[in-house]
Amino acid sequence: MLKINNLHASVEQKEILKGLNLDIKPGEVHAIMGPNGAGKSTLGYILSGREGYEVSEGQVEFHGEDLLDMAIEERAHKGLFLAFQYPVEIPGVSNMAFMKESVNAIREQRGETPLTATEFLKKAKEACKQVQLSLDFLKRGVNEGFSGGEKKRNEIMQMILLEPSLCILDESDSGLDIDALQVVANGVNSQRDGKRSFIIITHYQRLLDYIKPDYVHILANGKVVKSGDASLATDVEKEGYAFLGQDNAEEKNA
Amino acid sequence: MSEQLDQALSRKYDAGFVSDIESETFLPGLDEDVIRRISAMKEEPEWMLEWRLRAYNNWLDMEEPEWAHVHYPKIDFKAISYYSAPKSMADKPQSLDEVDPELLRTYEKLGIPLYEQEMLAGVAVDAVFDSVSVVTTYRAKLEEAGVIFCPISEAVHKYPELVKKYLGSVVPRSDNYFAALNSAVFTDGSFVFIPKGVRCPMELSTYFRINEENTGQFERTLIIAEEGSHVSYLEGCTAPQRDENQLHAAVVELVVMDDAQIKYSTVQNWYPGDENGKGGIYNFVTKRAICHTNAKVSWTQVETGSAITWKYPSCILKGDNSVGEFYSVALTRGRQQADTGTKMIHLGKNTRSTIISKGISAGNSNNTYRGLVHMGAKAEGARNFTQCDSLLIGDRCGAHTFPYIESRNPSAIVEHEATTSKVSDDQMFLCQQRGLDPEKAVSMIVNGFCKEVFKELPMEFAVEAGKLLEISLEGSIG
Ligand SMILES: Nc1ncnc2c1ncn2[C@@H]1O[C@H](COP(=O)(O)OP(=O)(O)O)[C@@H](O)[C@H]1O
Ligand SMILES: [Mg+2]
Repeated sequence: MLKINNLHASVEQKEILKGLNLDIKPGEVHAIMGPNGAGKSTLGYILSGREGYEVSEGQVEFHGEDLLDMAIEERAHKGLFLAFQYPVEIPGVSNMAFMKESVNAIREQRGETPLTATEFLKKAKEACKQVQLSLDFLKRGVNEGFSGGEKKRNEIMQMILLEPSLCILDESDSGLDIDALQVVANGVNSQRDGKRSFIIITHYQRLLDYIKPDYVHILANGKVVKSGDASLATDVEKEGYAFLGQDNAEEKNA
Repeated sequence: MSEQLDQALSRKYDAGFVSDIESETFLPGLDEDVIRRISAMKEEPEWMLEWRLRAYNNWLDMEEPEWAHVHYPKIDFKAISYYSAPKSMADKPQSLDEVDPELLRTYEKLGIPLYEQEMLAGVAVDAVFDSVSVVTTYRAKLEEAGVIFCPISEAVHKYPELVKKYLGSVVPRSDNYFAALNSAVFTDGSFVFIPKGVRCPMELSTYFRINEENTGQFERTLIIAEEGSHVSYLEGCTAPQRDENQLHAAVVELVVMDDAQIKYSTVQNWYPGDENGKGGIYNFVTKRAICHTNAKVSWTQVETGSAITWKYPSCILKGDNSVGEFYSVALTRGRQQADTGTKMIHLGKNTRSTIISKGISAGNSNNTYRGLVHMGAKAEGARNFTQCDSLLIGDRCGAHTFPYIESRNPSAIVEHEATTSKVSDDQMFLCQQRGLDPEKAVSMIVNGFCKEVFKELPMEFAVEAGKLLEISLEGSIG
């Protein structure tokens, strides 16, 4: 479903990704770990098409099409979803209205009829329950005055509503207490249906106790330096990223 | 990104078409003779003509104001035609069936199907085309309730005592340059009278359309709400897309007697000119209400059109405990310039006012809020709250805020809050990542910013205002 081949990309003339490869098949869960500043968020942004990121080399194929050629919203229509590390506020726009527009924009692209207000409300209520947000959150402005944990759960709620084929979660676990972490993990696990794929970006192994990845990749210095199964995450937890060598230790402190 | 935003905002002006209607139009020019001819076309009584001529003489002695934060070449008042009316209107059609179908089609194209409006919507409409009122719907039903809703030109004939008593009582002939000009040459507009204790059974609305070239529109609206009465009034405006600037100088007067309430809403969408600033309406408007004891006026405006907007709907809070509200959204883009705000003049005790102003600037436009809060010496315990928010889209536009506060009473409280924010890349990215196209994303963000004002609009207008900003279902499902 997603094939990344030799991806080189830079921000502000600074090369961040330096030949990254990744192959994700339907239904797989891939965890991406790595030190701060390794380029994990950058990868999420490039895949979702954020402006300001320059791809100088390499290809990305998504459902057999050239992903890098698509507009941001087109990628979303094709099923790519990014749960943000730092969700932004949109004051005055209710979560509910925002999500309804969003769900229907995507349905329209898939040739499905738009959901009516009642149909949507029903789904939204279920999704809220699943991530343990009270229904008030549907009425409130998008992320407006939400706590860190509420923002993260709100991202998962959106993911559930949009039914994407590829979910990229950028540190959806950071800043969460253990209860919230489980809520997020349950939200994700409920969406694993054998077809939907996940890229779980995380700094800690903790989340992976709850979401069992098929593969773990260590991203450092703009490349995947090590891949393995879930046990790799445990190693990292024990030993830190020190085993990555000299130049990466430097990145860690940056 | 700002280019993408600009594109998203530079939508076409849908109301820019011209109707092919045979009109009787005066040659450009302004002198006493022109005023006599306007008065004669309307078969006005002598007192009305005299009133106009006095206003004209006031105007001749006045200077065009220059304090507003707007720039435009000097207006040549002699190059404007002061009267234009569809020929078919000369026979004074008595019902919709007698109105020229081409005129009805014009309103239909603008989304105001007068027939259906009459049948379904439950909104009474007065449609003013250039200098005359084309039709006023629902009149019979309103008359049953004792409500008068008719063109002001008709009120001059039918209700001369009311017109004589109240015309110019809130905005005097010599109030300001544009009000004086309007008083001299006004051609039509709406007249509303709500008798004592009556709640107007439906929304009243007037739809202004400028069609003819080189023609100014000078409408005059007078609304009188007697003791304890209630009315909600809506006003909409559009004009064709033309290369020349056209002048629109209106006067609106509201008389709100003891315990009465008027809610006055405007969606102004005059042609704003093209992206280079060519063409567009110059909109110079004086709107004012006088509030007696316990009376309440609420002005809500959504201003998206016009090359230049100069407009300060105001409240004179004369009676004790009277309330004034002003809710405004002003959107400027391209080369538009808006200088708009309000004046809250607190004279009575315990008078209260609220001002919520939302300015959105995009492109190369300039958006100014100008507001005066005056607390008179006798305004014991008076209160004002002002909130003034600006939203910038891109970095070539300007937002300016000029709050003036005059307080002559130490017990009066004035609060002012102001913010400036930008549509951020992060917000746009979030919206697009969730599948919205950039156009939708901007309108969504802008809509959210305007929420506090939109919720003040009557339902039908909230929808129109939403569409105007290319906005979705927000609000109706929120
Ligand atoms: N907009 C930007 N301008 C300049 N440098 C950036 C920008 N975004 C990210 N970077 C740099 O790119 C590197 C990778 O950042 P990021 O992808 O956020 O790392 P991670 O998510 O792995 O912590 C960092 O060195 C960061 O400072
Ligand atoms: Mg990151």
